[in-house]
Amino acid sequence: MAMEDPDKKTEVVLLACGSFNPITNMHLRLFELAKDYFNETGKYKVIKGIISPVGDAYKKKGLISANHRVTMAKLATKSSDWVEVDDWESCQSEWLETLKVLRYHHQKLSSPDPTNSLQNAIPLTKPGRKRKQEPNRHDPIKKKNQGPDIKSFPQVKLLCGSDMLESFEIPNLWKLEDITEIVANHGLVCISRAGNSVQKFIYESDILWRHKNNIHLVEEWITNDISSTKIRRALRRGQSIRYLVPDAVQAYIEKHNLYSPESEDRNAGVVLAPLQKHASDSKN
Amino acid sequence: MKSRIPLILLACGSFNPITNMHMRLFELARDHLHQTGRYQVIEGIMSPVSDDYRKKGLVSAKHRIAMAKLALETSDWIRVDSWESEQETWTETVKVLRHHYNESLRSLQSRQEFMANKRPTQRPPGDSLSSQHTVLPELKLLCGADILQTFKTPNLWKEEDIKEIVEKFGLVCVSRAGSDPVQYINESDLLTKFQHNIFLVKEWIQNEISATQIRRALCRGLSVKYLVPDSVISYITHHNIYTEESERRNEGDLLQPLKLRNPTVNPLND
Repeated sequence: MAMEDPDKKTEVVLLACGSFNPITNMHLRLFELAKDYFNETGKYKVIKGIISPVGDAYKKKGLISANHRVTMAKLATKSSDWVEVDDWESCQSEWLETLKVLRYHHQKLSSPDPTNSLQNAIPLTKPGRKRKQEPNRHDPIKKKNQGPDIKSFPQVKLLCGSDMLESFEIPNLWKLEDITEIVANHGLVCISRAGNSVQKFIYESDILWRHKNNIHLVEEWITNDISSTKIRRALRRGQSIRYLVPDAVQAYIEKHNLYSPESEDRNAGVVLAPLQKHASDSKN
Repeated sequence: MKSRIPLILLACGSFNPITNMHMRLFELARDHLHQTGRYQVIEGIMSPVSDDYRKKGLVSAKHRIAMAKLALETSDWIRVDSWESEQETWTETVKVLRHHYNESLRSLQSRQEFMANKRPTQRPPGDSLSSQHTVLPELKLLCGADILQTFKTPNLWKEEDIKEIVEKFGLVCVSRAGSDPVQYINESDLLTKFQHNIFLVKEWIQNEISATQIRRALCRGLSVKYLVPDSVISYITHHNIYTEESERRNEGDLLQPLKLRNPTVNPLND
């Protein structure tokens, strides 16, 4: 264990949090780009991608019900053999900090699970502390069973477009200690456009700079500007969104008539849950 | 109510391979033309260029057609046409336009004959159906706005061809972010003269999936999922179409249109 096998790759799970209102081909591309990036490093292996749509309590303007957003994401990932949708976050009655969602998925992946006996013996700890328990785990039988495939827990990294990184600067949207824990303990994967100011942004933030080794910048080689906002706008105007969202998603939107001027007015004038929560936190 | 002019959109190109962006051009153009209130887009045609075009990295038309067919399987108005690719030599775009215009007139005629034979007595003279059918369809060339720029490339286009395209047919140009098609038009007397027949469509979502980038990614083993339809990706993988070797095809060769019109290269042809 002290001599790490150089061939042994660190497993990575990519987690994308957001509204997915609706999911677009751009969201799906983020995953493909990040996976290619990690696999090319030769040090990481991406084993799974998770899409976690935010709950309705987020109160974002125009946010339609999580039930529909989760369904659309599921339809969109049907053809993918590694990206899946998790509705745990969207099922919470209150809005949850992204850090808590990361923690949840980290624990879920590293906790004893009857379907994954390989990891049964491994106590729930952070990867960095594992070495301390090394003496307990020198059981030769166990080692044989596990073979050369024994791995540390997969790392759950937050996958985001460059807009999320830049949102760190918006007052009250994020808690400083949350950002710190995300970059220190989990890691960020940021897909950015060539010539984007992300590098400068990291340089200008002391926390991000300190943990810059845990922030992976992936350059997008094809400009992809498909935002959900633009999709909703096109739908309201009767314009085609074909080939920008998966066909099944388009069909679902049309069948349920999901996006209209009325749906866009939802939560209008309501303060975003994180802003409300963090503002009241700082007062208390 | 004034009846709309039926319109057919024709896109010429390599389609090497077809990408979601090619299909988006059609969707954007149709939306735009419908919003003018004057046109009813009845069909979209993709016409892959023949192998004789001799572009670097151009794989066989058979594969390019097959991929386009797979990609368009789910579209109810866009289709692939193999006429151009089946010609033994490279065909000027204006000739492809003429061919498809004649085809559309022929099919209109046969439809009218069919209707006339079917119900010769039931049809009152000058009913809405027959008057609608006498509106001749228009055929317009669909292209990215960058094509306006290529009009200036020496020897690539014949002046009289450009004139015929914009005068008799018309252009629908989808402009990408950062390009200024109005400027290209202003810089050309010919295009300015016929600008009423040039429709500029703004792309509201930047979506520049070039086929070159797709081939490069495929050669490097990178994912192109969600940029190209799944069915096309499977076809490419199954037939191992894009490789470093395929990318070297026609390397150092001159494009056929340039070869034909450059007397120093091909003196016999002028």
